[in-house]
Parts: sequence; structure tokens; C-alpha cells
Amino acid sequence: MQLKLEPSPEKIKQDKIYQEMGISDEEFKRIEEILGRLPNYTETGLFSVMWSEHCSYKNSKPVLKKFPVSGDHVLQGPGEGAGIVDIGDNQAVVFKIESHNHPSAIEPYQGAATGVGGIIRDVFSMGARPIALLNSLRFGELQSARGKYLFEEVVAGIAGYGNCIGIPTVGGEIQFDPCYEGNPLVNAMCVGVIDHKDIKTGQAHGVGNTVMYVGAKTGRDGIHGATFASEELNEQSEEKRPAVQVGDPFMEKLLLEACLEVVQSDALVGIQDMGAAGLTSSSAEMASKAGSGIEMNLDLVPQRETGMNPYEMMLSESQERMLLVVQKGREHEIASLFEKYGLEAVAVGHVTDDKMLRLTHNGEVVAEVPADALAEDAPVYYKPSKVPTYYQEFQAMESEVPVVEDVSETLMNLLKQPTIASKEWVYDQYDYMVRTNTVVAPGSDAALVRIRGTEKALAMTTDCNSRYIYLDPETGGKIAVAEAARNVVCSGAEPLAITDCLNFGNPEKPEIFWQLEKAADGMSEACLTFNSPVISGNVSLYNETNGTAIYPTPVIGMVGLVRNMKDATTQEFKQAGDIIYLLGETSAEFGGSELQKLLSGEIFGKAPEIDLEKEKKYQDQVLSAIRTGIVASAHDVAEGGIGVALAESVIGANGLGAEVSLDGEAVTALFSESQSRFILSVKAEHQEEFERLTDAVQIGRVIEEPVLNVSVDGEQVIKLEVEKMKDAWKGAIPCLLS
Amino acid sequence: MKFAVIVFPGSNCDVDMYHAAKDELGEEAEYVWHDATSLEGFDAVLLPGGFSFGDYLRTGAIARFSPIMNEVVKAAQAGKPILGVCNGFQVLLEAGLLPGAMRRNESLKFICRPVNLAVKNNETMFTSLYNQDEVIQVPIAHGEGNYYCDAATLASLKENNQIVFTYEGTNPNGSIEDIAGIINKDGNVLGMMPHPERAVDSLLGGADGLKLFKSIVKQWRETYAVKA
Repeated sequence: MQLKLEPSPEKIKQDKIYQEMGISDEEFKRIEEILGRLPNYTETGLFSVMWSEHCSYKNSKPVLKKFPVSGDHVLQGPGEGAGIVDIGDNQAVVFKIESHNHPSAIEPYQGAATGVGGIIRDVFSMGARPIALLNSLRFGELQSARGKYLFEEVVAGIAGYGNCIGIPTVGGEIQFDPCYEGNPLVNAMCVGVIDHKDIKTGQAHGVGNTVMYVGAKTGRDGIHGATFASEELNEQSEEKRPAVQVGDPFMEKLLLEACLEVVQSDALVGIQDMGAAGLTSSSAEMASKAGSGIEMNLDLVPQRETGMNPYEMMLSESQERMLLVVQKGREHEIASLFEKYGLEAVAVGHVTDDKMLRLTHNGEVVAEVPADALAEDAPVYYKPSKVPTYYQEFQAMESEVPVVEDVSETLMNLLKQPTIASKEWVYDQYDYMVRTNTVVAPGSDAALVRIRGTEKALAMTTDCNSRYIYLDPETGGKIAVAEAARNVVCSGAEPLAITDCLNFGNPEKPEIFWQLEKAADGMSEACLTFNSPVISGNVSLYNETNGTAIYPTPVIGMVGLVRNMKDATTQEFKQAGDIIYLLGETSAEFGGSELQKLLSGEIFGKAPEIDLEKEKKYQDQVLSAIRTGIVASAHDVAEGGIGVALAESVIGANGLGAEVSLDGEAVTALFSESQSRFILSVKAEHQEEFERLTDAVQIGRVIEEPVLNVSVDGEQVIKLEVEKMKDAWKGAIPCLLS
Repeated sequence: MKFAVIVFPGSNCDVDMYHAAKDELGEEAEYVWHDATSLEGFDAVLLPGGFSFGDYLRTGAIARFSPIMNEVVKAAQAGKPILGVCNGFQVLLEAGLLPGAMRRNESLKFICRPVNLAVKNNETMFTSLYNQDEVIQVPIAHGEGNYYCDAATLASLKENNQIVFTYEGTNPNGSIEDIAGIINKDGNVLGMMPHPERAVDSLLGGADGLKLFKSIVKQWRETYAVKA
């Protein structure tokens, strides 16, 4: 009955109803050409979600092409649910990061929770056992009630989903800046492990094979979620709340366990998650990737509500659903595996050879569209790009050393900046230990998760300093990848590959597109330097509130391999008497620094410079020293400079302190954010060997007394009790929230 | 000795329990799905943490109706060691094998961190290898671990020396009398919120929980294996 209420093809064209779904006049014309007729309402809906930026990358494709995506160890690059890298012994690591920014801005708990749920499905749809979750979050500065609410609820949503499904949330990063006040970023990453023989893809091979639907029933939630994710946020965005889905981690836990049993069956041909654009994307993509077609009878789709029409069913983004292609005649084998978990696997269609996605409902064909047209033939736009005037102004600025009156007090204030402060309030709510493999818990440079039954572990981190990228996207893009690699190396691992989540503003603005292009250039160069290709990722554009964009924020998720668990290294000093070293050079670089933001309330000037060759050389030195077993602690120098890095290394050091002397000018020596620097500590007996392996210079000693004493050019500038720093650092976020 | 690790839909610490028993303890262990109707051949029962049935009603409230629970009750009556951790403890409360109830943490937030526990009764089959009042470090990970019981129950718990573990220092969840774990009167059913199975390997931050499992094995060997 409802079908009759839908506008006719003629009316869709005449009244330009397609525009409400995000299709441009140009695109509509192209759809007409592809079909050789006018699309009906359902078909228009299919094109609108599949050709949205979120699903088609139509604006970002030219940029994504820049990334190196292959390498010796890459088993699966971008294009499937998640990327896969070989780690030896016939095992591989599977990972991907994805954004859930827009939903989280409107409904933070469910937005964040379903972001976690979606990325987990991407990983287990490859056949992999998810072993860890990470995240990368951005919020305003926790000054407004709304800002605090978003922060608290996003954290609760991540915790709620991850804790219940029983995958440890082992790491992440959070930065706070006014530019994220109205448009927070919620990026979730999942890492899985798989035996090579179990790798599955989302492909609908074998004419006549059966298409099966499994998991939660389809409801009217999340309709047009992908389209919504491809728009700017504004006052009316609250009305888009129905586009946000509701998560059920218990259902997903059942689905996860059942699917991991099902991938062991040779009756399974292909499997894909119903994520953004739900049934539409999973069916069209599985057919397109296999060069086949799919015909589905929508009457058979399990429905949560009565009277759903084809448009609603195809565009619903109800969570916790998977689409499977199963060998004909063996459906019952698959169905009985799901039955154990109380899940129903239903045959809804079959694979055809005509390359069409054909849908029937109530005995009639309600949509008939070439699968490739939906999945592959979205238009690609080469957006104009323009150097922003702000960038030219910043580049013309002379770098200045900020005026600091009291160095000790400044360090204390930096430790209280929410971006630097301890995130214990956050990770205290995450079960980071479940599955008992977490060797290094949240709070160090990178998390370490062992691979049970082997000597190996995986190091994982998410990183992105968007202030640097705003000031200079190319340099900042390099730094983001370099910092991720630095964190991985400091934990004793060699970088394997990255996944990225490109969070930017509206690409139709030439200045924003320029940021995107330049950041991708920088990232690509760094990926080549660190031999870490991009194996998966996600693009989130239109992150703007009322016309103002966020800082460009291409979050890097990196995974590294610890060959032997004895190499696992953390950032805390270990023993009194150990020698403290600094590797890397310091110059006066304050553009985008925490100190600049603290003192002036804004950021400006040049981003810190980075020489990728030098960075690589130092990382290699650190890793080789760690592998000889002589490094007691390793920590990268990041936001807040050496002052903050030293503080972090003593705060976790169980009552130890440090006595350090540096050269040069105090503010630069302590707070500059020059790149490619490391703080390391080494037992005195290993001094000679360590100095032979690295270019590091001795700057001090770990001491019994729990104080941090720092002198610069012979003058004592810091004398702080560790306990006092710890209280400030740990107390900052709870204090902002209370 | 052979341990049954009960797996409800939504259990997620089953793997941790299994490996603690199998790898760290070196004993036999097997997963038992919640709809099984026999525990024959098992010497002890482990009820793991997690979110059985999503904990959508009340923690453990649905799991107590799983077919396997009839067998768990029988095993308890037969005097076999039954250990319920976190969600497993909640299931034991709902099943009436232990007294009291669970409320949400005082902070209303999920909390995951290592905590200190005091061993308040080392004369049980689960704690005989600890010293009385020994302080051990074991992680917690729960949103609903705020144990509560009425005054009469509390008095009886104390009188019968049923309070086995209390939080030492900070009480993370607001439980009555800092209670972290209790045992039944017969001394063979232990429920506790902290996760001893997460503290069995120093690589992961500590092994203070291992003695709990070793105590179970010790008691079993003394009772059965030695005789045979």
C-alpha cells in the first residue's frame, strides 16, 4: 500500500525530489543515462546512498590514489571490510579505523557505541578474531555543558559497547580544541588476528548460490545515515536523530561468535557487514566485486516493524546484520551454526550472472539496477584547490620564543591541559584487560597485545596532531605518521602498516580541499619512509558546524610487530641510577604547540619541521637498541616538549625521580615541540653499548628521591615533587568535568 | 582435575578462565555451553565474567534460567568447588546459591583497574594458600559490583566467616562493608567481583590470583587424588 504513496519517477524528476537525498542535477542525469529510463523512488534511494561521499568517496578518490597501498607483507589492501598484513607463522593482523562523527554529535552515546560495533563487524567479516579496540576522539575544551555532555556520553558509549562484547579497548588518544566544540570526532579502530587460511572476502561468486541474511531484524532506524554523514552539521541536524542507529552489543557478540564458526565452513562463499547503506551496499558491493548480480526477495527480509517498503528496507542502517553468500544446497549447514546462538539465517535471494541488483517485493520487481553502477560508477570529482590566505600569513611569520616567567609553574599548567593530562578518567571505564592478552595497558606510547601461543605481540596506537596539520597540512601529515611510528618503535615494535581516518571540512571549499590534498601528500611520503602502507581507512568530510570547519584531522592508526615479547618497552623510568638520554635535536619551534595555545589562547606560525630521513634513522637506532635488551624506558617527545615527556616518565615510575640538565635557552629546551626526539633511560652498565648504537646524548640520571630537577645551562629551572605533578596531571580532567 | 567453564550467551571472560585453568594451572578445562544438561566428569565449575544475555534485565537474572544452572546447583549441593567471578558472581546471587544482591557502582560508571584485596578468610578451599589478611592485587572490571545485603544477612555472613575478600584501601564500587567476595555456608561456592583469572601471569601485570586456583587444586588432590 505504502508504495502507492511514493512519488512517481516523473514527479521525482520534475520536483527534483532527488535533491533532498543529496543527488545533484548532474548526477540524476547520469542515473537516467545508466538506466536508460527514469529511476523509481527506491532506485533513486539506492543511488543516493551508494553515491554519497561516505560510500563512494567521490570527492576524495583522487586524493586517496596518492597513498601507497602495497607492500611485501600486505595481504589485503583497501577495498574490503578491513586491510590485512602478514605477521609470519601463517598468521596475519587485520585492522581498520572508521569515523562516527555526525551520529555522535547528535546522539553521543549511541553514535559512539555503533561506531565501535561497525568497526568490529568490518574486522570479523574478514574472518578475523577481533583482539583489541582503539579510538581517537576530539572535543571542545570541556568548558560548556554541551561539550562535557558529549565527552562523557561518547566515552560511556564506547565503554558500553566494547565492554559488553568483550573486546579490550587498549588505547587511543584524545585532543581538545575549540574547533571541535560543535563537531566532535569519534574514530574507532579494531584490530583482529587471523590464520591465512581463514581469510574471507565480501564477494558474491557462483551463479545460483544463495544470499543469506543474518543478525538483527531490519527496522526503520538509520535510514539515510550515509547521506547524513555527508552533510555539514547545523541547527537542523538535531532533526536527523532518526538517522542515528541504536546498538545492541549482545546481539553483536552472538553474531561475532557465530560468524567465526561459520567462516570455518567451506559452505561459505562470501560475507560482508551491513554497515553504511545497509542491505544496499552489502548486496551491490558483493555482486560488483565478484562480477556477478544478486536478486533478492525483500518479502523474506526479517523485519522489526510491519509495513516497511523496499525503500526503507534497503536504506535502513539497523545494526548487527551480515549478508552471506552460501553454496546452494548447503544453506541448512550455515543456518544450524547460527541456530546455536539463537540467530536466524534466512535465504533472501541468489547470485545471478546478469550483473544486476534486482529486488522484488510483493511479487513485483521494485528495483533493477546494474550492481557496478551503484558500487563502482559513482562520479569522481576533482575539486578545485586553493592555498588559504591563513597559511600564507602563518608561513610568513618569524618564529618566536614565548615569554615564560616561571618555568616550573608553566610545566604544571601544561600538565593540566586536557590534551596532555592523564586520560585515566577515560580508560578507567574501558575494560582493557578482557581476553587477558594486554601486556601494555592504556597510558603508554602504544598499547601492546600479545598473540597467545607465540613470542609475538602487536603494538598499536592512534595519532594525529591536527594543530600542526592546520598550520601546514603537508608537514603535519608527515608528522602524524612519524609520531605514530615513533610510538610504535618506543614500545619495541617495527611499524607494519597504517589505517587512516581522514576527518576534514567541506571539500567543496577549495581551501579545505587543499588541506586534504596536502595532508595526503605528507602522509604518503611518510608512509613510504616508514615502510608502512595504508591498508584500510575511511573518509569523513563535511565536518563543519554552521560553516566553520574543524582542523584537518587525518587520524593515523598504526600497528607494529613486537618480534619477541622481551622487547616490550614502556615510557616510565625503571631504576635509580639509570642514565637518561635525549635522542634528537631541539630548536625553537612553538607553532601549534601546547605552550603557544596555553599562553596566547590560539595557534599560529609554522608547524615544527620534520626531516623524515633523520626521523627514520633515529627510530632505527632506538629499535635496534631496544632489541639488544639494553633500553630500560623509551618515550617519544610530543605535545608539551621535553618538560612534559620527562614528567610523564617520572610520574609512572613508582616513586622515582630524575635529575636532568639541558643546554640552550630554558623555554626552548623544555617546551619546544621539535620533532624526531626521544627520551630513553639505560642502566649505567650499558652506557657504552647504547652510545655506540645511537646518537643520543646523556642528559641526566634517574634518582631515588621522587622529584624532577631540571637545570638549563647550569641554572635550575624546575624543582617539582613528582606527587604534585601527578596530582595535577591526573586530576585535570575530573576537575574540568566536576 | 577437570574444570568446567560455563559459557552463557554474552559471557566474555570464558577464554580467560579457560586459559588460567589450562595454561597457568596445567589442569584440564572444557567449555560447557549454557544449554548443556550434564556436568558429569567435571570436578569444579567456573562461572566467568561478561554480560550474560546482555545483562539487559538485571545482571545474571536471565542466565540463572539456563538449563546448565540446574546442574550447577546439583554440583554445589554435591560439594564441588563453584567459583563465580564478576558476572558469574551475579549469576550465583540470582540463582540463590549466595545471599545478597548487586547494585550499580556508586560512581554509576564502569570501572576497570587493579585493586587491592584483603584475604579475610584463608580457611576455604579457594584461599588456603594465602595468608590470613594478606593483601593481594587483582583487577576489577564491572559496572555493577556494589554488593548489598540486609543487616541480618550481613550479621550471618560475619558470624559464619563467609566474607572472604574485602577491598583494601579504596572501595571502588561502594559495596557494603567493602565486600569483594563471599562464600556459602558450606564453603564450596565462592562469588567475587575481582577477576583472579586476570592475575595469573606476571607478564600481564601480576599473578596474585594464581594461588586461588592452586588452592582449589590442592584441596581436590588432598581429598581425592591422594586417596586414589
